[in-house]
Amino acid sequence: MTSSHALNGRRKVLNYLLGSGTVATLGAILYPIFRFMVPPRIVESSASSVTACKVGELKPNEGRIFKFGSKPGILVQAPGGGYRAFSATCTHLDCTVQYKSDVKLIWCACHNGRYDLTGKNISGPPPRPLEEYTVNVRGDEIVVSKG
Amino acid sequence: MWRLLLFVLIGTAAAQPDTKVAASSCVRCHLELEEELQQPAKLSSEDIHFQKGLSCHNCHGGDPTIGVETGGPEDSMSRAKGYIGVPKRGKIAGLCASCHNNLDTMRRYNPQARVDQYSEYVTSVHGKQYLKGDSNVATCTDCHSAHGVRSVSNPTSPVYATNVADTCARCHADAKRMAAYKIPANQRELYGKSVHGEALIKNRDLSAPTCNDCHGNHGATPPGVDSVANVCGQCHATQWDLFNKSPHKKAFAENQLPACVTCHEHHGILRTSDNMLGVEASANCVTCHERGSAGYAAAEAMKRGITRLQTRLDAATELLHRAERAGMEVSRPIYDLSEAKNHLVLARVEIHGFDLAALDKTLAEGEKITLASEQSGWKAMSDLAYRRKGLAVSVVILLAMIGLLVAKIRQIESAKAKGSGG
Amino acid sequence: MMNAKLVRLGEWLEERLGWRAVQELVEHKEVPQHRHSLWYYFGGMTLFLFCVQVVTGILLLLYYRPSAETAFESVQFIMTEVEFGWLVRSIHSWSANLMIAAAFIHMFSTLFLRSFRRPRELTWVSGALLLFISLAFGFSGYLLPWNKLAFFATKVGTDIAGVVPMIGPFVLRFLRGGDEVTGATLTRFFGFHVAILPMATTVLLAVHLYLVQKHGMSSPPSVDASTVPKMKFVPDFLLRDLVGWLAAVTVLAALAALFPWELGEKADPFAPAPAGIKPEWYFVFMFQTLKYIPAKVLGMDGEVLGILFFGLVGLLLVVTPFITAPEPRKGRLNLLPLVGVIAVVYIIALSAMAYLL
Repeated sequence: MTSSHALNGRRKVLNYLLGSGTVATLGAILYPIFRFMVPPRIVESSASSVTACKVGELKPNEGRIFKFGSKPGILVQAPGGGYRAFSATCTHLDCTVQYKSDVKLIWCACHNGRYDLTGKNISGPPPRPLEEYTVNVRGDEIVVSKG
Repeated sequence: MWRLLLFVLIGTAAAQPDTKVAASSCVRCHLELEEELQQPAKLSSEDIHFQKGLSCHNCHGGDPTIGVETGGPEDSMSRAKGYIGVPKRGKIAGLCASCHNNLDTMRRYNPQARVDQYSEYVTSVHGKQYLKGDSNVATCTDCHSAHGVRSVSNPTSPVYATNVADTCARCHADAKRMAAYKIPANQRELYGKSVHGEALIKNRDLSAPTCNDCHGNHGATPPGVDSVANVCGQCHATQWDLFNKSPHKKAFAENQLPACVTCHEHHGILRTSDNMLGVEASANCVTCHERGSAGYAAAEAMKRGITRLQTRLDAATELLHRAERAGMEVSRPIYDLSEAKNHLVLARVEIHGFDLAALDKTLAEGEKITLASEQSGWKAMSDLAYRRKGLAVSVVILLAMIGLLVAKIRQIESAKAKGSGG
Repeated sequence: MMNAKLVRLGEWLEERLGWRAVQELVEHKEVPQHRHSLWYYFGGMTLFLFCVQVVTGILLLLYYRPSAETAFESVQFIMTEVEFGWLVRSIHSWSANLMIAAAFIHMFSTLFLRSFRRPRELTWVSGALLLFISLAFGFSGYLLPWNKLAFFATKVGTDIAGVVPMIGPFVLRFLRGGDEVTGATLTRFFGFHVAILPMATTVLLAVHLYLVQKHGMSSPPSVDASTVPKMKFVPDFLLRDLVGWLAAVTVLAALAALFPWELGEKADPFAPAPAGIKPEWYFVFMFQTLKYIPAKVLGMDGEVLGILFFGLVGLLLVVTPFITAPEPRKGRLNLLPLVGVIAVVYIIALSAMAYLL
């Protein structure tokens, strides 16, 4: 027959294990909840708005491609200053356009399509203008958004 | 009293609101006539000449100021007043040219107007035949109409971009008329089915070419075998450039084969497909290149390369969309894949240089990007699976906890049993 | 010394809250032990899973955006950018299903065990209403990710609601926030899901739980309530409850890991419906029934008849305590177990047919 001492000891061990087990379980539940509530690195979905680049990174008469969600966008600083942003997917066969500073136009290398700085298709096969995005300067960030 | 009223009423009714048109008694009278004689007057309100202040007499002569009140038709339509009646067919072009070929005249109405239409016309096939007295060929009024002439930029004009093909087809789709000149009459039909026709007529894309863009406007002449490529190259500059640097240029010229047209047709230019390339019976390459030749091998290699990139691209796209649907973050690899797609499109342009090495370079870059994106896709899927491992750890902790609870319950029960059992 | 402090705290709270009464209740609460005692766990299980929904739902609320332009993207954001977002979202979706399953089991077990006998009729009525509310929770929540599947399931579901005679078109417009399923529907369903239904649940659940404590646990008619052995709620039954709840959490974790909830593709109101649209599994047996009813039955529209039939069943469910004999009659055919078994078999059979055929 087990002595009451041993039983007591076993009970204490079990209680101790239960106690620490409870803490561990609560930790395993509360830890993800806490991490979830902390704002993530990217604070907003990039589907409708994205920081294209920083002020100063783009010079006048220069253009650059940036990632907007899963599609490319193009940010251009016009020769006279002022930013414009468009979808960089050519409306002809979906190639990625680029900015050509010598002719001050947006150009598609695939079939020589050209767009002016309002995004309008002015030469070559593209059938429609490029979709234009809204550009806002927030502090030292250039933010491009849809709609 | 009421007679005065009636006179006033008639007088005011006769005073038309459009003063320019009303200035001509020709229009006023002819509006009262029927059918054929009424038509020109009715159309005058849409005519650009009338809008600029000109009128019937500027072409037909006569005196437009003599109206019903001041005389009769014989007085206004008199030879003495320069009236020429309906101009003879052979005289029409010269009549139009009397103003339209004169810069001093045209400058007054439209400083930007060109004045070389007639000079061009006489060099064209139409013009040359016309001057020989052929009444079956087109002259100014056939395309621009005689009355109700609208500006070229007016969408209802027969020479507005989307209407040009139908205007030319009025004669050129008439098999009987064309038979006399030994010209086929199917161009309009072919054009309607072509990419250009679809773009211009169906989709109203004004950058697509129609008859006059390739054949010329007033100096319309079909481009010759040696110059048709230059016409295509006006828009398709990249392909033209590549072709000129390729071995095909010399080969085509030596064999009297027109560039571009030999593979792509001229009027019935259909949407291109990868099937045009390669060594299948339906492909273009084997029309000239026999099995065993270097060209045959090159065609085969090019087709294989392009097909491979297309297949890999499709597989990567499908994988990434699967990951996206599952809720994984794959926007970067999808974004990168658009660059790979660029390379595939560029490769299809590169073909026109028929340089296997250059093509392989473009294809290789595309494949590199595709592979990287595909790997990202697989990583995303495996991350999905990796979560299972993470959760397995939690499950172990939970199961352990459940075990401890069950042990505690057992312990309480046994303590109770012992207590009651004594 | 610690104990003394606790005692003093206890006194302080007692003077202000009068919490000792609750403590007494909890200490005296007992659970009868008999062959059907297993079913006692399901009420608590449903409540636990509901709490899981509230917690995960509130967490999702921190990032979710209820408009047609942003809903899908916000769920995508939760699943891809937020730490453990995929876990919270998958658990919320799975726990919804588990909760409704538990609610159905709880309802059927209390039905067969006749727990609704006097004086517990109102407990049953509040419970039946809570069941309908949880189905409404499921239906409204399903649309919120705004993916293709959800969009069309909602369209079909609200179409069916619109078929009810007289009030149908009004109900359809009321649910959809317009004539079609649009962003207006989404915002409205969001309002139902996070405000109106939780409010209704709070009231009904408070009533339901209060009544359960007031009347104590019911014993089935076959058991003598006065002599049946009883288990103390605290700590014995509660510990066993905890085992069940932990098991539920384990199952949820496993489901989230092995069968993560898909994001799908963003809804496109102008695209045609994909083939094989089905509502969530807890509506499937009704949906499948409607498919089998012929177009015209006795001159009436078949679909309308089907919907009215289910409406009638719902009504009968609510008033069950008032139309059932308190004791099963020996030697005679008892309608309750018969109807109950037919219902269970019917639901299982038609759901199976929808998925297998």
